[in-house]
Amino acid sequence: MVGVMIEYRIHGRGGQGSVAAAYLLAATAFHAGQMCQAFPAFGAERRGAPVTAFVRTDEAPIRLRAQVRTPHFLIVQDGTLLQDPSIVAGLRPGGGMVVNTTRPGDEVAAEFGCRALTIPATELAEEVIGRPIPNTALLAAFLSVTGLFEIASLSVALRDRFSGTTLERNLALVEKVAATIRPDAWKEPADA
Amino acid sequence: MLEAIEGSQAIARAVAMCRPDVVAAYPITPQTHIVEALSRLVAEGEMHTEFVSVESEFSAASVVLGAAATGARAYTATASQGVLLMAEVLFNISGMRVPLVMTVANRAVSAPLSIWNDHSDSMAVRDCGWIQLHCADNQEAVDTTIQAFRISQETELPVMVCMDGFVLTHTLEPIEMPDQTDIDGWLPPLEFDRRLDPSDPKSLGTLVSPDFFAEVRHSHHAAMIRALDVIETVDDDWHAMTGRRGGGLVEVAGDPEAKIGILAMGSTFGTLETGMEHAGAQAGRARLIKLRAFRPFPAAALRAACAGLEHLIVIDRAISPGLGGVVGTEVAAVLAGAPDAPRIHNHALGLGGRDIPETIYADLMTAVADPDGPAFSVFDADLTKLDPEDR
Repeated sequence: MVGVMIEYRIHGRGGQGSVAAAYLLAATAFHAGQMCQAFPAFGAERRGAPVTAFVRTDEAPIRLRAQVRTPHFLIVQDGTLLQDPSIVAGLRPGGGMVVNTTRPGDEVAAEFGCRALTIPATELAEEVIGRPIPNTALLAAFLSVTGLFEIASLSVALRDRFSGTTLERNLALVEKVAATIRPDAWKEPADA
Repeated sequence: MLEAIEGSQAIARAVAMCRPDVVAAYPITPQTHIVEALSRLVAEGEMHTEFVSVESEFSAASVVLGAAATGARAYTATASQGVLLMAEVLFNISGMRVPLVMTVANRAVSAPLSIWNDHSDSMAVRDCGWIQLHCADNQEAVDTTIQAFRISQETELPVMVCMDGFVLTHTLEPIEMPDQTDIDGWLPPLEFDRRLDPSDPKSLGTLVSPDFFAEVRHSHHAAMIRALDVIETVDDDWHAMTGRRGGGLVEVAGDPEAKIGILAMGSTFGTLETGMEHAGAQAGRARLIKLRAFRPFPAAALRAACAGLEHLIVIDRAISPGLGGVVGTEVAAVLAGAPDAPRIHNHALGLGGRDIPETIYADLMTAVADPDGPAFSVFDADLTKLDPEDR
């Protein structure tokens, strides 16, 4: 997908670090030598409310400011958001979604008719970071399955943003997730 | 150095590089990240300024007015209702002709309540006597913020730097952040001759009888007109140091031979550029005109930018109910005397944060071809949502 603009949409709930995930993904692309753009679609700013954030990456500078309507990829930070079928609205054919849920990936792939990867990111974050913030684990899973940017670029982005114990634990979480997810480990909708 | 950084963080760092003596601000969405970041820089000892936490925007404006009147370099930032609460003081600041800089993170104005982006706030203080510059992206916002301090001290006029709330303030993107040493060399210390000084007492903003009021207003207007040259020369000087321009008065992109032009202020411009690239041959190519200096209004530069056009679409990000679009009306006024002045198609869009898709370009180009099209419309309003009598 080198040379084309890639668009991403991140769904989460207030307090789960969805905007931070968008910024981290964009910064990861930047550290991998790409141009990038990340911004939130803020609604009611309260914990638990659905939050959407958008990312674009490209070789060329990004001038477009519109919200992402036809993403190549979705990152879903909260499995309960799958109750809304419109979550995959505009997802491009051949696109994929990485979801924080304990549900099997093939089940989600079949339900939404698209490639899916599921990981229990909240549980992993609680175990390694000590807090239920799923964003770093999901990003590590996303980079591993898509191979879009090196995990090392995510580590640089994390170092820019965090320090001390928080940084160390997030880096450990990234390493743990990246070690378990093979490139192209998507569950295809046809698997169901 | 090129960094991937959120617009608000970049603005705070740009302000810090200009070493203001006094910063006073009251947080309001979507300006909050800027003053939070400034507050953090002060708390962490990276910025040395008198940071005054106030209880309202009226006080924020009053504090920076008082500070600037003593010859201090002063900065504030606000948005939306905050601009309106400042309004009285904004006229005082410009009327006393003190230099200072304010960021407006453009947002709609209540009612109905909207936290999202349009230009209703800065448009509401259109006539407050401030220089008003609009930024198309975060690089321009950083460059314009730094330039604003210099424009302000060279003109002794306050400068409002407008950047679209959320769309720019909350967007992380690569921004070339200047070096502190470069800014220290480029931005001379503020020397304000009319400063309040106990050893040389004087008054500012006193009662002026009808014998002098008209002269005060005339000289303010003349100073604003002179500021047109300053805005351009400061941008040239910035270009000489950085290789970048902040946008001058007006910038033209797209097809210079096109007979259809589209004029916009702020971040809509990039979406139009992308929309044009992707729209294909059927939509055709337009001349894209980016208006950076809204006050002073660059009449001559606009006439030059619009020369040869048959149709000019002017986008307003606010509405003057009962009139239509302010930018459209003003552009029409300055082109009215020009030979072969283009027909103006004025459209408000993106009000209250309505997303502006890249298809807007093709939609505007389709609309302009309609000989019976309205002179003004709220372009992206879905009239089926309204009762028939309101359509």
